[in-house]
Amino acid sequence: MLTGQIEIIQASAYLFASILFILSLGGLSSQESAKRGVLYGMAGMFIAIASTILGLLGKGVGADAYTYIGVSIAVASVVGIIVARKVEMTGMPQLVAILHSFVGLAAVLVGYGSYMDHMEKMLDTNFALSHGGAEHIIHLVEVFIGVFIGMITFIGSIIAWGKLDGKIRSKPLILPARHAINGLMLSACFVLGYLFCMAGTVDDGMLYLYIMTAVATYIGFMMVMAIGGADMPVVVSMLNSYSGWAAAAAGFMLGNDLLIVTGALVGSSGAILSIIMCDAMNRSFISVISGGFGDTPVASGDGPAIEGEVTATNHTETAELLKSANSIVIVPGYGMAVAKAQYPIHDMVQKLQKQGKKVCFAIHPVAGRLPGHMNVLLAEANVSYDIVLEMDEVNDDLPETDVVMVIGANDIVNPGALENPSSPIYGMPVIEAWNAKQVIVMKRSMAVGYAGVQNPLFFKDNTDMLYGDAKDSVDKINAELM
Amino acid sequence: MKVCIPAEINTEELRVAATPKTVLRLIKQGFEVFVEKDAGLKANFSNQAFADSGATILGSAKETYETGDIILKVLAPSSQEIGLMHKGQVMLSYLWPAQNPDLLNQLSEKGVNAIAMDAIPRISRAQKMDVLSSMANIAGYRSVIESANYFGRFLNGQITAAGKVAPAKVLVIGAGVAGLAAIGTARSLGAIVRAFDTRMEVAEQIESMGAQFLTVDIEEDGSTDSGYSKVMSPAFIAAEMALFKEQAKEIDIIITTAQIPGRKAPVLVLKECVDTLKPGSVIVDLAASTGGNCALTKDGEIYTTDNGVIIVGKLSQLPSQASQLYGNNLCHLLDDMGKAEKFVIDMDDDVVSRAMVTHQGTINWPPKPLPVSPQAKKVAQEEVVVHKPTAEELAKQKGKKALINLCLIGLFLVLLGFVAPKDFMQHFTVFVLSVFIGWQVIWNVSHSLHTPLMAVTNAISGIIVIGGLELFKNVNMTLPLVILASIAILVASINIVGGFFVTHRMLKMFKK
Repeated sequence: MLTGQIEIIQASAYLFASILFILSLGGLSSQESAKRGVLYGMAGMFIAIASTILGLLGKGVGADAYTYIGVSIAVASVVGIIVARKVEMTGMPQLVAILHSFVGLAAVLVGYGSYMDHMEKMLDTNFALSHGGAEHIIHLVEVFIGVFIGMITFIGSIIAWGKLDGKIRSKPLILPARHAINGLMLSACFVLGYLFCMAGTVDDGMLYLYIMTAVATYIGFMMVMAIGGADMPVVVSMLNSYSGWAAAAAGFMLGNDLLIVTGALVGSSGAILSIIMCDAMNRSFISVISGGFGDTPVASGDGPAIEGEVTATNHTETAELLKSANSIVIVPGYGMAVAKAQYPIHDMVQKLQKQGKKVCFAIHPVAGRLPGHMNVLLAEANVSYDIVLEMDEVNDDLPETDVVMVIGANDIVNPGALENPSSPIYGMPVIEAWNAKQVIVMKRSMAVGYAGVQNPLFFKDNTDMLYGDAKDSVDKINAELM
Repeated sequence: MKVCIPAEINTEELRVAATPKTVLRLIKQGFEVFVEKDAGLKANFSNQAFADSGATILGSAKETYETGDIILKVLAPSSQEIGLMHKGQVMLSYLWPAQNPDLLNQLSEKGVNAIAMDAIPRISRAQKMDVLSSMANIAGYRSVIESANYFGRFLNGQITAAGKVAPAKVLVIGAGVAGLAAIGTARSLGAIVRAFDTRMEVAEQIESMGAQFLTVDIEEDGSTDSGYSKVMSPAFIAAEMALFKEQAKEIDIIITTAQIPGRKAPVLVLKECVDTLKPGSVIVDLAASTGGNCALTKDGEIYTTDNGVIIVGKLSQLPSQASQLYGNNLCHLLDDMGKAEKFVIDMDDDVVSRAMVTHQGTINWPPKPLPVSPQAKKVAQEEVVVHKPTAEELAKQKGKKALINLCLIGLFLVLLGFVAPKDFMQHFTVFVLSVFIGWQVIWNVSHSLHTPLMAVTNAISGIIVIGGLELFKNVNMTLPLVILASIAILVASINIVGGFFVTHRMLKMFKK
C-alpha cells in the first residue's frame, strides 16, 4: 500500500475517532444514553489504535516492534480487566487516581522519547535546516511542558491514591513558607526550560530535563500533600484535568491532532468538574489548590455560641420514628461509603416504601471523595436513580419532611454555613436538614468533620444522634422495621 | 357605667358593635349593657341571645342614645344620630377623621368624646384594639373564598384517576394584614401563592406564610414610620407594573389589598394587565371602596370583563365573625381605659390621645405621629449606606471586562502567529476549538454521572498510547527508546482497558 494512501486513511480515522470521543462524553448527559457513550468511546479508541498501527506498517517498521507493542497491549489488557473487575465501588476514587498517574507517566515517557528522537533527527543536516529556528524551539518547549505536566500528574496522582487508600495520612502537610518554596521551584523550571531550549547537545538537554523532572516531582508531591480530606474530590478532578492537558501536550510534541483533541476534551472535563466541586464548597479553586483548609479550626469564642444539648437516641426509637413518618429524606456522606452501608440502606428504603412512605436521597455535590461518588454507591446497591435527588431539588421540600436521616455526613448539613459568618465554611450551600421536623444523625462519634468546625445541627432540639457504625445501625433498624 | 349598643341605621351595614359574647365580657368589666331591639339581627344575633347574656333590650334608638354613658357603634354616626347624643357621652366607632372633618365638627359641637376606632395607632400594645387589622384579616380570608367561588377550577393541585389538575396560581398584591391573611388562606387551600409588597421588611413575613416574595430590581423601600407604605417613585411603579403584567400571563387569581391611609388607593392592575389574564381568572379588589387597585374595578359590583376576567369589587362582611372581632376590639379598648369603675379618658395615653378625635368640645386631629418600629428604621438606614451596583451597572462592567479580555486574547494570538510556524498554529487551532467543544459538552453531563465521567475521560486520556506507538516510527530504535515506548504503551493501555471496563461496570448498575 502506498504511504500517501495510508496517511489519508489515518487522518480520516483520527477525525472519526475524535467525533466518537465527543459523542462518548456527550452520551453521559443522561443515564439512558451513557452506556452507548461508553461504546462510542471504545470504538473511537479501537479505530485510533488500529489506524496508528497501520501507519507504522506504512513506514515499514520492523517486525520486532510489533512484538513489543503486542506484548505491552496484551499485558495491559489483562491487568486492566483484573483491576477493573476487582475494584469495589467504594474504592473508585483510588482507582481513578491511580489511572491518572498512568497517563502522567506515559506523557513523561513519550516526552523523553520524543526528545531523543527529535535530537537524533537534528543531527541530519537536511532535517535540521528544514526544522530549525522557531520550529525547533517550539518543539523543545512542547516537550518541556509535556514532561512537566506529565510528571506533576504522575506524582500528584500517586500521592492522591495513597491518601484515598489510607496509605498516606489524609491530613494536609503544610510546610512553613511553602508558597515561597513552590514559587522558587516554579521559577527554577522557567530557567531550566530556557537552558534546555538552548542546550547544544543531547546530553546537556537530557540533564536539564532530568533536573526539571525532579523539580516537577517535588511540586506534584507538595501540591497534593498540602490538600486532604474533603478537598480530595477537587484534587482528583484537577488531576483528571491535568492528565488531559498532558495528553494534549504530547499531541503538540508529535504534531498529532487526535491527541490534542482528546487531551483538550479530557482537560476541560476535569476543569469543569473542579469548578463544580469548588462552587459546591463555596471556595475558590486557588484556595483549594494552595491547600491547608483543615488546619484552621475555629476558636471556640468565634461566632455565636452553640446552644442546646446533644441528645442521643437508639435504633429502636429511630425505627419507631421512621414507622410514624410519612416522608423521609436520607442524606448520605462519606461515612456511608466507609461503612459500606448502601446495601442495608437500600433494604431499609424498600421496607419503608412498602409501607407507603415517601423516601428519597439528597446528594450534596461534594459528598464523598469523588464527584458523584454517592450516586455510584447507591446505584451499586440498586437504588433507583429516580429517588436520588440533588441538593437543590430537596432543600425546598425539607420543611414538609418528617424525618431526615443524615448518614455519615457532617459539613454538608452544617447550619453554620448559612448562619455563622465566622465559620470557615460560611457561604457553602448545604442541605438544610434542620428544617425538617426531626433529624437523625448517624455518626461514629461527636468528632468534627473535615472542615474542623463544630456542627450546630447536632445541638438542635429536633436532632437526635444515633452513634455507631452506619452499617450496624441501619441493620438494627431494619430488624426493628419488620 | 352604662354601655349602649344602638342598631346600625345604614341598611348595607350588617355588623353590630357587640355580640352576646362581648356583652358577657363587658358585664364582667363592670358595665351595664343595653342593646337596641333587633340591633344584632343582621349578624344573626337574636334579642333573646343578648338578653340571655345579661343585656337589657331597649325599644328605640332615642332611648338607647339617652341611656348610654358609652355608645358602641360600627359606622360613623349620621347627623341624625349625633342629634340623639348628649354632652360628655363617649362614643366608639369608625370615623375616618381625615376624610370627615364635618363629622368631627358636629361631634365636638355636641360635646361628644368620640373615639375613632380606625385611628388607633398601630403599635404593639394597641394590636388587640386594632379594628383595621381584625377587619383586614376577615377581608383577606374572604377574598380568597370569594375568588375560589368565582374561579372555575380547584385551587389545589390534584392527581386523580381522571387526570392531573395543576394548582391555581394566586398573586397577592400588598402584604398587610389582609394580604397575609389571604396568603395563608390560599396556601391552605393548596394554591401556589406569590406576593408583592413595596416594603422590603415584609419579605420574610410573606415567605413565612408560604408564599413566594416577588420584587422588582429597583432598590427602594416603601416602609414608613406609620407601618403603611408610602407612595413610590415613578421608576419603581413602572417596574412594578411590568412585573404584574409579566405575572398576569400565568396567574389565575389576583387579590389586591394596597391601600394608603387617607388617599385614593393606588391603581396597580392596569387594563393591559387585565387583558393579559386568561379568561376565567378572578381579580378580587379589597381596595374597591377607596377607588380600587384595579383600573377596571367597579365598587360594590361583581362583573365579567370582555375577555372573561371576573372582577370582584364587593365582599361579604361575614357579619357574625366581624361583629365578634370588632366587639372584642372595643372590649379591649374599654378594658385599657380602666373598665367601669376606674373609667378615665387619659389624654397622656399613647393610644387614647390619638384615637380620641374630639374631646370636651375640641377637635384633636391630626394626632402626633408615632413611629411604629424605630429599630427597623435604623437598620434600614444602615443598609442604605452600602452602595449596591444595579444589575445594569454590573452588566456594563462585565461587558467592559469581556471586551478587554477579548482584545488581549486577540493581541496574543496575533503575536503568536508572527512567532510560531504555520504547523503549530494549525495544531493550536484544533486545540482551542476542542477545549470549547469539551467545555460545552461536559456542562451537560448529569451530576449523578460524574464518577463514570471521570472513569471514561480517564480511559480516553489513555489515547496517549498513540504517542508511544508513534515513537516506534523512529528508524534507528535504540534500546532505551524501545523500553520507554513499551512502558508508555503498557501503562496507557491499562488505562484504556481498565477505564472503559470499570465505566461499563458502573453504568450497568444505574437502574431506574
